[in-house]
Amino acid sequence: MRIVVAMRQLADLVEELEVDDSGTDIDREFVKFVANEFDESALEEALLIKEGVGADQVEVVAVALDEPDVDQTLYTALAKGADKAVKLAGVPEGWVSSHTRASAIAKWLESQQWDLVITGVQAADDLDGQVAGLLGRMLGVPHVAVVVSAVPEGNVVKVSQELGGGTVAEEEVAMPAVLGVQAARQSPRYAPITRIRQAMQAGGLSEETVEVSGDGGRPTVRRLYAPEKSGQAEMLTGSAADVADKIIELIRAKGLVKS
Amino acid sequence: MTLDPTLALVETRKVFAGEGTVAQAVFYGLSVLTIATFFTGIVLRVRKYGRGRPAREGRWMRPSHREDVPEVTTKPSFAKGFWTVATNRTISRDQPSVGMAHLLVFWGFLGLFAATTILSLDYDILGNVSPLLVGHTVSFFHGPFYLAYNAVFNLAGVIAILGTAHLMGRRASHKEPRLDYTRAFKPEEGYSRKRFMQGDWLFLWLLMALFVTGFLIQGLRIDEAHFPGFERWTWMGYLTGLGWNAVGVGPHLAAHVHPWLWWFHILMALAFVAYVPFSKANHMIASPANLVVNDPANTRRLPSPPSGHPGYTSLADFTPKELLGLDACTKCGRCHYVCPARTAGAPLSPRDLILDLRQWVNRQEHIPVVLDQEERPAATGPLAANGSTAVAGDVIAPLTLWSCTTCMACVEVCPVGIEHVPSIIQMRRKLVDEGTMDATLQSALQNIAQQGNSMGKSARMRARWTKGLDFTIPDARKEPVEYLWFVGDFASFDDRLQGLSRTLAGILHHAGISFGLLYEDERNSGNDVRRVGEEGLFEMLVEHNLAALAKADFQTIITTDPHTYNTLRNEYPSYGLDKPVRHYSEVLTDLVLSGRLPIKPLGGHVTYHDPCYLGRYNRVLDAPRALIEGLGCELVEMPRNRTGSFCCGAGGGRIWMDDSFLEERPSENRMKEAVALGVDTFVVACPKDFAMFSDAVKTTGNEGKMTVVDIVQLVDRALDRDRLPSLQAAQAAPEPTA
Amino acid sequence: MANDVLVVAERSGGQLTDITYELLGKAKELAGAAGGRAAVALIADSSGVDSLGAADVVYTVEGPGLEGYSPEAFEKALGAVVDAADPRLVLMGTSTLGLDLGGSLSVSWGAPLASYVIGLDTEGSDIVATSQLYGGKLLAEAVIDGPKAVCTVIGGSFPADAGRAGGSPEVVQVDAPAGLSELKARFSALREPDRSGVDITTADLLVSVGRGIGSQDNLELVEELAGALNAPLSASRPIIDQGWLPKPHQVGKSGQKVKPKVYLCFGISGAPEHLEGMRNADTIIACNTDENAPIFDVAHYGTTTDLFDLVPELVERLGS
Ligand SMILES: Cc1cc2nc3c(=O)[nH]c(=O)nc-3n(C[C@H](O)[C@H](O)[C@H](O)COP(=O)(O)OP(=O)(O)OC[C@H]3O[C@@H](n4cnc5c(N)ncnc54)[C@H](O)[C@@H]3O)c2cc1C
Ligand code: SF4
Ligand code: SF4
Repeated sequence: MRIVVAMRQLADLVEELEVDDSGTDIDREFVKFVANEFDESALEEALLIKEGVGADQVEVVAVALDEPDVDQTLYTALAKGADKAVKLAGVPEGWVSSHTRASAIAKWLESQQWDLVITGVQAADDLDGQVAGLLGRMLGVPHVAVVVSAVPEGNVVKVSQELGGGTVAEEEVAMPAVLGVQAARQSPRYAPITRIRQAMQAGGLSEETVEVSGDGGRPTVRRLYAPEKSGQAEMLTGSAADVADKIIELIRAKGLVKS
Repeated sequence: MTLDPTLALVETRKVFAGEGTVAQAVFYGLSVLTIATFFTGIVLRVRKYGRGRPAREGRWMRPSHREDVPEVTTKPSFAKGFWTVATNRTISRDQPSVGMAHLLVFWGFLGLFAATTILSLDYDILGNVSPLLVGHTVSFFHGPFYLAYNAVFNLAGVIAILGTAHLMGRRASHKEPRLDYTRAFKPEEGYSRKRFMQGDWLFLWLLMALFVTGFLIQGLRIDEAHFPGFERWTWMGYLTGLGWNAVGVGPHLAAHVHPWLWWFHILMALAFVAYVPFSKANHMIASPANLVVNDPANTRRLPSPPSGHPGYTSLADFTPKELLGLDACTKCGRCHYVCPARTAGAPLSPRDLILDLRQWVNRQEHIPVVLDQEERPAATGPLAANGSTAVAGDVIAPLTLWSCTTCMACVEVCPVGIEHVPSIIQMRRKLVDEGTMDATLQSALQNIAQQGNSMGKSARMRARWTKGLDFTIPDARKEPVEYLWFVGDFASFDDRLQGLSRTLAGILHHAGISFGLLYEDERNSGNDVRRVGEEGLFEMLVEHNLAALAKADFQTIITTDPHTYNTLRNEYPSYGLDKPVRHYSEVLTDLVLSGRLPIKPLGGHVTYHDPCYLGRYNRVLDAPRALIEGLGCELVEMPRNRTGSFCCGAGGGRIWMDDSFLEERPSENRMKEAVALGVDTFVVACPKDFAMFSDAVKTTGNEGKMTVVDIVQLVDRALDRDRLPSLQAAQAAPEPTA
Repeated sequence: MANDVLVVAERSGGQLTDITYELLGKAKELAGAAGGRAAVALIADSSGVDSLGAADVVYTVEGPGLEGYSPEAFEKALGAVVDAADPRLVLMGTSTLGLDLGGSLSVSWGAPLASYVIGLDTEGSDIVATSQLYGGKLLAEAVIDGPKAVCTVIGGSFPADAGRAGGSPEVVQVDAPAGLSELKARFSALREPDRSGVDITTADLLVSVGRGIGSQDNLELVEELAGALNAPLSASRPIIDQGWLPKPHQVGKSGQKVKPKVYLCFGISGAPEHLEGMRNADTIIACNTDENAPIFDVAHYGTTTDLFDLVPELVERLGS
């Protein structure tokens, strides 16, 4: 069984993000890029499958587009137990749309044997949709989003999908399939730096080229900006009853109060 | 026969108590057997040490090259080791009466050992060899030599008895919690340590019986000889003889009893010699040896992991020195008693850790042990004989290893120079490699790897705390400064501590000190990362920080955090740092005592908490005290102070781990100690301490009664601002000498 | 028809959820401006049409394989509805359903997609979607100028009331698409959340309490509120230290890191260790009688009303 884990780099959300001169993208010059946290959960789920089924029967391949600091992410994947890591070159730089991302991976997968593609359910900048859904459709295979557990059994993979409010749907999905992972069965393991460095020294990163272009699928972004934010809390005043009214209104506006 | 010191009490001319040649043959036969057993034991032990890592890698003795920091990592010397052994000073340090008793037994025993050696040289060696060489038996065992010999070694015997009696009394009185062998980590399957007690008693009784029967035999002999006058020199034996007489054993009867008692004594003595390397008595050999090879720098500057893999997995990973240390432990319980983890109810006792490892190692090496062992219903933990059992995780439970705050109190207090902390870290390294750790610790490590700080805040925000200052702190990467201030994570990012950093910055600025920062280039120094066992991350941080420091032009580093201070001062030099490192409390002390900061005395009573990494680790003990007094405060010491200070519980990465399993946090224990003094101000000199103890004031319900104050706040309060500007004008004045 | 706006309805426990009405309200506004109709797609279950009076037309589709929930079956069914309705814009929630169907519809229908939408406006013939990116740190304004598009909208972005109206819209039954009987992804079971083992890290709403609560007896008060809001109760460390709540409820450095949509806290001062665990919540509402409490530095909304006055008021309102 061969599992492909599609990973990607993302601007570190801990950083203060700034908008570049074009006004439509973040300033990529100084920002630090880290692995998308959902992709790390995807990798974890793949490794758990590998451990569950048997290390010699499952091959886990981490794949990512060539983006800033992606080597770090791929070597970390190897250090954690992935069997192979592939870096895909040939993709335009900058803010790659999810459609482009998905078609690059779909193209590369044509040359591969695979049973399961696992990726993060979303990424903080995937304005034009989530890679798992796009990829599933492009490949013509079933896909499931918001997966919280995936356990293969014969030719199917038993998937738990979170529907919201904690309700979970269980599904049996015939492989090949694409899964968008929200959370793995356990939180992503730690990769000791020594192991990452060893992986780097061993240099098990292969680089392949796929040709894709365009940002098809993403509507034209005409402005990217930071929402106005007051440094201090907005104080709710008035009687306890008034304040209670306002709080309930706030929670209701988030769609979190029934009725 | 050279090894039984108590034989010296026995004979003069008729060494064999009048026994014939058959007996003599039997005696020699048994002696040979005994010596063979003794040396087999020694060989087994030494072979065991040889199972460890090759000497060079594991620093069996001492690394050849080191950069010395006075007092802390000075070259250990064999001479100092021998002095420690000879004076028993590490035993009496915290328990003078025990130390004295042990010193009596130690020297008494050595004296008797010397006596036996002399006797044996004369009789067994010279007596047998001389006829072959010169044709007749030569002996120096007569005349004044004989008299002096008896007088001196009688004294040795008497002090040995007194010392042993004291130690027995101490045990029998049951008032010594340190000698209660209750484990900190309670194995599920149960355990019994009765044999530990039995082993201790066996040892003590054997000694006592040997010493006493020795005198009894001497008494019989003198009685039998009708109390010749010269035997008065054998004063204790003479008195014993008089005693025999008094209870009705006259010369005739004495001649009958003498051989029986003699044989009893001899057999017991031989048995004792054979028993030494297989029992508690082994400490007579291993402990001094360990003291002599002890290296105080080891804990301050942690050893590297074994080459090839990241942490201890098996016996072969331990250094011979560590294995020797395991044998050296006397179960004295000092470390158990002072350990903050144990005090807090964590499943860690450094003593148990050492004893578990020892038992596990001895099992694997099939070294028989007389009593002195723990028993468990199942062959688990230290009883797992299988060498493939994971030492980190199975033999020593993960939570046990994670409980250590690396406060070093155990290393400090251990009378036989055992270094618990490096071994604990080596085992933690294995746990880190496997990912066996708290989720909170994991996220702290991930944050440090990604953002360079444990809080996971943006590295670029590191110097944001300087925003509120009315002056700009120079960027040491852009302009030369005298002092490079390595601020540290907590002082930079913690909302509560940023104010303290600004206060310190203000004081340094107003004192006209030239200082700068690395700004966003600074990263966590890695002291605690290393102590967590994440060596790779530590090295990464060292590389980054050294590269950043290389960009800066400065003379001396100042740190806020004592942990940072330790690693920069003691560990970074091995990676190439060659600048002196000072703690801000030292710098403030200089500024105040030199008069450079004008002070209006504060008054009031305060107590001071020595941070482990400042006091115990780096011996910065007097500077903060001088400062507090220089500010006009009266310092009231807590019972546990200076190098005996009690850890706040944050060290060794514990601040990133769950502490909900503790019965009482160490910081709370400490706070109660301070509150009992009746003072209302608790002075700290460490950002982590400030956080930990401010919290402890609340959790122990002492709000309003006790205030936690950083030493820099104290300086700030005492600062005579009216006199400051004049000083600023005179900035041309030379810097205070460091 | 070319200017219609189609809303994909969502259900929970058989009932249409708020997001459906929120989207419908918006759909009505957008379609009205462009001279089109507001349409709703009811997949699998055709009930509830009476509550969709705000819609001009409701498309229903039923068939085998649509019971329970299979993303594949829903994808096929939605495809059939879109073919039949031929709308300008398809709206769905950024929910599991939206994450399942949005991308695949974008590919199969050949339409651009905008996710995480919190605002939709018309500008001439264009529609401008405002999306929340980078965890809400930035907003993106995207222009939808083509003939068709898909948007997935974050719940709570639009008022639901605008979409709530009784009535009897036109109902169009769409034939079940082919292939529903030979699905590769089959639904097998629904599992309701296990309420005993609370996981405060996955909750959308948390009611959190600190030392300001004073005593264990008072805890009942906030428990009642949490119950009324159907939210788990979390706490600062002192509450856990006292043993008033078990350890898994602790938020902070040495507890859990949480990121709910709303973090509603009472009597928590906001120590750095606590903030470390919750500062990334979308909206923080803090109640603390001390106006200088550091919690107000990270809270979005705050009140200095005494919690003992405020909580009963809240409970009362939610109870009725
Ligand atoms: C190493 C370490 C780890 C820690 N980890 C954590 C952690 O994981 N999580 C955590 O929470 N803490 C942690 N702490 C403890 C933390 O420092 C604080 O002590 C703790 O968060 C304080 O909790 P609190 O806000 O509930 O209490 P307090 O700080 O005592 O605050 C109580 C607040 O309630 C307000 N109040 C009182 N009465 C009322 C009323 N009637 N109505 C409204 N408001 C009222 C008061 O104004 C006050 O601000 C840790 C501390 C350390 C040292
Ligand atoms: S270093 Fe401190 S906490 Fe660790 S074992 Fe020794 S005494 Fe205990
Ligand atoms: S390790 Fe040292 S201090 Fe601890 S019990 Fe053994 S001898 Fe005593």
